[in-house]
Amino acid sequence: MSQETEAVLQLLGDNEEQILSQWLQEAGANASRITEAGRRAMRGEAEDILRGLREALRAGGDPEAFQAPAWNALRGALEALSRSRAAQGQSAGDTSVFVLAFKRPVFGLIQERMKSQPERQMGAVWTVSTLVDRMAQWTVSTYQQSREELIRRQQQDLLELSTPVIKLFEGVLAVPMIGTLDSSRTQVVMETLLERIVETGSRLAIIDITGVPTVDTLVAQHLLKTVSAIRLMGADCIISGIRPQIAQTIVHLGIDLQGIASKATLADALELAMQQQGFVVSRRPA
Amino acid sequence: MYRIPILQMADTLLVTIQVDMQDQMALALQDDLANKISSSGAKGVLIDISALEIVDSFVGRMLAGISGISRILDATTVVVGMQPAVAITLVELGLSLAGVRTALNVERGLELLAQGRRENALAR
Repeated sequence: MSQETEAVLQLLGDNEEQILSQWLQEAGANASRITEAGRRAMRGEAEDILRGLREALRAGGDPEAFQAPAWNALRGALEALSRSRAAQGQSAGDTSVFVLAFKRPVFGLIQERMKSQPERQMGAVWTVSTLVDRMAQWTVSTYQQSREELIRRQQQDLLELSTPVIKLFEGVLAVPMIGTLDSSRTQVVMETLLERIVETGSRLAIIDITGVPTVDTLVAQHLLKTVSAIRLMGADCIISGIRPQIAQTIVHLGIDLQGIASKATLADALELAMQQQGFVVSRRPA
Repeated sequence: MYRIPILQMADTLLVTIQVDMQDQMALALQDDLANKISSSGAKGVLIDISALEIVDSFVGRMLAGISGISRILDATTVVVGMQPAVAITLVELGLSLAGVRTALNVERGLELLAQGRRENALAR
């Protein structure tokens, strides 16, 4: 253990209570918008972090090697902090500010206690500074990870929810597409639609793109692929819900949608589908 | 080498592919089918690939080839019962089999052939 680490460890051990209260004040725990329970939780988190830090220093942990097993407890405490902050919906900035607020009370103490030895003072400040930076860095990266995990999960949910295949009428299936069409979504749509065609023995599938915000060449290509696959299965396909702006874009981009039946609305498409299969819908005279 | 049997039902030839296609088999089938169409004067060819789970570009091209050959010999080809995975694979390979008629199952395929014949008879 280096001299600086030892000095810092002793400093932390001797003034635990003072550091904690100053830290929390610095982090804004005394603001009026924070409830008593919130303040207690913050104190608990701060205590955990401080305890983890002292344990790591005692075990001879090197701040330059933050991934080493000596830092396990501290990393755990920081992870718990960022996870709970992420769940509360606080930003990554707020979370790291909490950790960085730890610097001020410790720096104050170092300045006060080591007045007589400027060289040691500088070393201790450097040690603490590096350490706190590492801690903040770790907090932000775990915060980001937990957020990304959340986003991934939501994406998966969205993917599964947003591609229902509906049986509209005997032998007619419909897929209302909502959201941007990318290759992974097209794949899912294609698979579920083709499977349902086999299951139900449908002759016709309607792809409704009312909910697709933009159509570019890539999206058009995905659509064409889906249509070809449906045709290969021995069923027909109608695309409906092409909005006026999208129709203009398609023509301006020079996308060739020839050979694909398209209708303005889902109702028109259904009408065509029923006509093709010889169904006649008529209103009973009043 | 295993040869894929070709069954004749009235003026329709029925080919059921039940094993994984190898290139040699595909070529032999193409050959046999051309001979059979011309000798029997069949007007329709029905290729059932519902048991086929693996396709490559060669098999895809073979299907297109058979369709082209039979068109020249005045017979309509209908490919029936393609599995979803097979359809997706063919599309990803860039083979959309333009000019090949398709149907969901053998029954629908026969319907399609009968319909085609009726239209032809009217045109004459």
